[in-house]
Formats: sequence, structure tokens, C-alpha cells
Amino acid sequence: MFDTTTAPTALAHMLDPVVLVSESGGAPTVGPVRGAVVVALVALGAFFLIVGTVGLVRLPDIYNRMHATSKATTIGAASILLANTAYFGPRGAGLVSLVGIVFLFVTAPTGSHMISRAAQRMGVDFAGDVTWPGASDDVDDPTESDGTEPADD
Amino acid sequence: MASEAAFLDPVLLAALVLSAAITLVAGYRVIVGPTTPDRVVALDVIGTNVVAIAALYAMFSARGLFADVALVLAIIGFISTITVARYVTEGDIIE
Repeated sequence: MFDTTTAPTALAHMLDPVVLVSESGGAPTVGPVRGAVVVALVALGAFFLIVGTVGLVRLPDIYNRMHATSKATTIGAASILLANTAYFGPRGAGLVSLVGIVFLFVTAPTGSHMISRAAQRMGVDFAGDVTWPGASDDVDDPTESDGTEPADD
Repeated sequence: MASEAAFLDPVLLAALVLSAAITLVAGYRVIVGPTTPDRVVALDVIGTNVVAIAALYAMFSARGLFADVALVLAIIGFISTITVARYVTEGDIIE
């Protein structure tokens, strides 16, 4: 059927137009411009990771901490994954990193929303004298069918 | 190393050390966090930091394998966060 003297990488190119394995074992040659882009993205990502962790440690209650971490940490990890894409190129590991960016941007708000709703169900209070919008029994929670005060447990 | 940009490796090493240090700092909130959602948020932050560490190590060692590690860690962190949130919401009695 096909030429048996074809090299394996050429066979892979023939079978799959988007080759998911780099030919040189995954080690790209990085020039100075690409290196500068990678360094800038890594520095940005490390900065946002630091911001998120400082917010996690320093802010007063669970909702403030989640406000700090769910955005800043996501941006930090996404920036480092984007540096990964700039380093490895648009195929192989770089494509996997792009998929990881999309996955982080979809799942991080979902997880934070689940945790904050669980905290509200548990009755975790705000720091200081902050209350929910309106009265404290007026939380817009459609899963609590009765209009009375939610059960404080 | 196959990189021609010689300034890349010290920057990646510094970012790796920094990410590991702030992951340890996030462990403080896991230990002393007053409520259970605090600990869950801190573990979520640790998971995201480890995703970043895996991506940095993929560049540092020039092996694209660790990008897959980062993606799988992101998936597992999301599943664990959702699971703990459901568990806390449904009640803390193991049947």
C-alpha cells in the first residue's frame, strides 16, 4: 500500500495532518524574540499568582478570599500556560496548553460559585457588619422554595 | 537545553521557586482557615498553582509531556472542588 522505506515521522505526517508529537522529542529551538515573549508571560503569570495568594492569606472572610483567588490565580495560570504555547509552538504541547486555558476559564468560575453557595448554605457570615443585599432573609436563592427565612444551620 | 535564549533558564527557575513558595504560603490558609469553605478555596488555589508549576516545568525541562500533566491536574482540581462543595451542601453525615 505505502512505501515501507518512509520514515516514521513522514508516515505520521501522511496519516495525521496535525501531528500531535513533535519530531524532535518536544524540545523546540527558542530564539531571542520568542524567549522574550515567554519571559514576559511568565513574569505576568507569577505576579498574578502572588496577588492571588496574598489575597487568600490576607483578606478577612471567605467571600473576599474567593474574590481575590478565583480571578487572579486563574489569570496567572492562564498566562503561564500561554507562555507554554509560545514556547512549544501551536502544535503538540502548545495545543494542550491552549485547551488548558479554555478549561481553566470555564471551570474556575463554576467551582468558585459552587463553593460560595455552599458557604452561604452553611451560614458563613461576612466580616464586620456586612449583610446580604436587602434583608438577610431576602437572598435570591431559587432552590429554597419557601419564602420564609432560610434555615440557619 | 535546546534553547538559544540563555536568559530563559534563570527566569524559569526563579518562577518555579516563587510558585513553590507561594503554594506553601497557601497551605497556611488550609491549616488555620476558620471554616471548611476557606480550606476548600485554599486547596483550589494550591491546585491552580500546581498547574502553573507543571506548565513552568514543561518549559524548564523542554518536555511537552508536562503540559498534559497540567491539563489533567486542572481537571482533577475542578472535580474535587465540585465534590467538596456538594458534600458540604448536602450535609456532613456519612451514610
